[in-house]
Amino acid sequence: MRSRDFLQLTGTSLVAHRLRSLLTALGIAVGIAAVIILTAIGEGLHKFVLEEFTQFGTTLVAINPGKATTAGTTMGVFGTNRPLTIDDAEALGRLPYVEAVVPFVQGNAEVDAGGRRRRTNVYGTGPQMPEAFRMHVRSGRFLPADDPDAPRAFAVLGSKLRAELFGTRNPLGQRIAIGGSRYRVIGVMESKGTVLGFDLDDSVYIPATRALGLFNRDSLFEIDVLYREETPVEKVVEGIRQTLVARHGKEDFTITTQQQMLDVLGSVLDVLTFAVGAIGGISLLVGSIGIVTIMTIAVNERTAEIGLLRALGARRRQILALFLGEAVVLAAIGGLAGLLLGIGTAWLLHAVIPALPVHTPVRFVILAETLSLLIGLAAGVLPARRAARLDPVAALRAE
Amino acid sequence: MIDLEHIHRDFQVGDQFVHALDDVTLHIDAGDYVSIMGPSGSGKSTLLNIIGLLDRPTGGTYRLNGRDVTDLSDAEQAHVRNREIGFVFQAFHLVPRLTAFENVELPLILAGMEPAERQERVREALEAMGLTARARHKPDQLSGGQRQRVAIARATVTRPNVILADEPTGNLDHTSGGEVVRTLEALNAQGIALIVVTHDPLVGERARRQLHMLDGRLHRDVSGHAPA
Repeated sequence: MRSRDFLQLTGTSLVAHRLRSLLTALGIAVGIAAVIILTAIGEGLHKFVLEEFTQFGTTLVAINPGKATTAGTTMGVFGTNRPLTIDDAEALGRLPYVEAVVPFVQGNAEVDAGGRRRRTNVYGTGPQMPEAFRMHVRSGRFLPADDPDAPRAFAVLGSKLRAELFGTRNPLGQRIAIGGSRYRVIGVMESKGTVLGFDLDDSVYIPATRALGLFNRDSLFEIDVLYREETPVEKVVEGIRQTLVARHGKEDFTITTQQQMLDVLGSVLDVLTFAVGAIGGISLLVGSIGIVTIMTIAVNERTAEIGLLRALGARRRQILALFLGEAVVLAAIGGLAGLLLGIGTAWLLHAVIPALPVHTPVRFVILAETLSLLIGLAAGVLPARRAARLDPVAALRAE
Repeated sequence: MIDLEHIHRDFQVGDQFVHALDDVTLHIDAGDYVSIMGPSGSGKSTLLNIIGLLDRPTGGTYRLNGRDVTDLSDAEQAHVRNREIGFVFQAFHLVPRLTAFENVELPLILAGMEPAERQERVREALEAMGLTARARHKPDQLSGGQRQRVAIARATVTRPNVILADEPTGNLDHTSGGEVVRTLEALNAQGIALIVVTHDPLVGERARRQLHMLDGRLHRDVSGHAPA
């Protein structure tokens, strides 16, 4: 049989039962659309979270006190481990490929600016923080490169905190009290927004040594190291490890590269995308059962026709191909409609709720259409085989 | 042309064997006009199905035009049915969603013939049946006699050398039935062998050679041939 005739013959039976064919295709369409929309949201979320992380740059390495056996950050100080100190940070800063070192202490304290008070995040950090985290000063300047052991009592305000404490007044040069100690405001940061739940704008930045005193701690939470892009990350990690082991006598710290964090995060998000995709897959499964049902009914209804075709010289394989073809065409039409429906809905979602990240990669589109073709094939196999195996004499008797 | 030797066809119904055909030996000449008559269950339809390669004998040999076709594969049998045999059924068996033209075209489509050649052949076949004006009609827009003539056009479009008709007048009134029989006889007059299975003695007795079947055996062969 010529392939054009084959398609035409397949087409006539689908057209003869328009409504039925449409509804069956709709089942597949809904399934494909569900897969597209859900994975689009999953992928969008993936991109969104990764962008949140990479806005700090990817050439970052974090050192935390305590030894963790798995990749991840440990917060706080454990047991007999030696604390991470400002001196450790200074030592790391002397490594040749290190561009910036940021010691890091965080806590909560009351900030008092001439009567206006607010409890807020206090970050103890170093002068290189804006460089390492790609943050910018809007007015004044950031903490100066003072003697790290005895820095001057300067403070830099986040944009929101500045608005809360000073309104429209110029805060530069003003005196404030943080946890009872007096500081002079020397700068205001540009708005950075909320990053993973921490409002960086509702914060105040002071020298790390002073923050340690304020919170009565002897160890930094973390030291972040920004290294030169061309340096391989393994070399950086090894250099940091040797430096700190030499200072501490043992490996009582954990080094986490930004890449490791991204990898872990990425794999978690991949599982998430896969999970929502699987939920969409369930509706696709329901749609394919629809095809099995309709094709089974079609074979029953057209038993006499199958007998006739056999009598007219159709081989078993041709009968098989005809019914498989119908199932595949049904699924393909459904898949195509589902694609349009899915992409359209995803686009509409994004238009209505811009904050909801939506992303439809081309490979998903191709994958979805291939999947619907395969579903048609799989769903058509049983009914088509039944049709092909019918005894022509018995089939002709059916009416 | 058709040589059946010691043909058996057994069916198993439950744990019992039914001998639908019991040692049938039969020779039919090219261009002959044969009717097969007999009561229900006498095996006449089974015989026709075996001649038409729709069914396989459980014993014996079948030669068609000198070629042993008893053990052909499914695809080979399909090819022989397509090229050498035309079928006419009691229930017409037209595909309801296709026009008369498309129904007649079906065997040629299955054979993979070029569309241009197909069109010409179908037009000729329909014209021979006086159905040119009905070519674009669907079966449900045609009368019973017209439907059977479409089916005959479909049986002849491949230019077979035998037409097998199973109760071709069974679903028709007397007038259309007579018309269909005359149409088939006209084809026979052109040299196509015609084998008709029928209940109706008025139809059966028109044939040059009349076979009567009983309990799976050839009971009587009226035409001078002695039953085997």
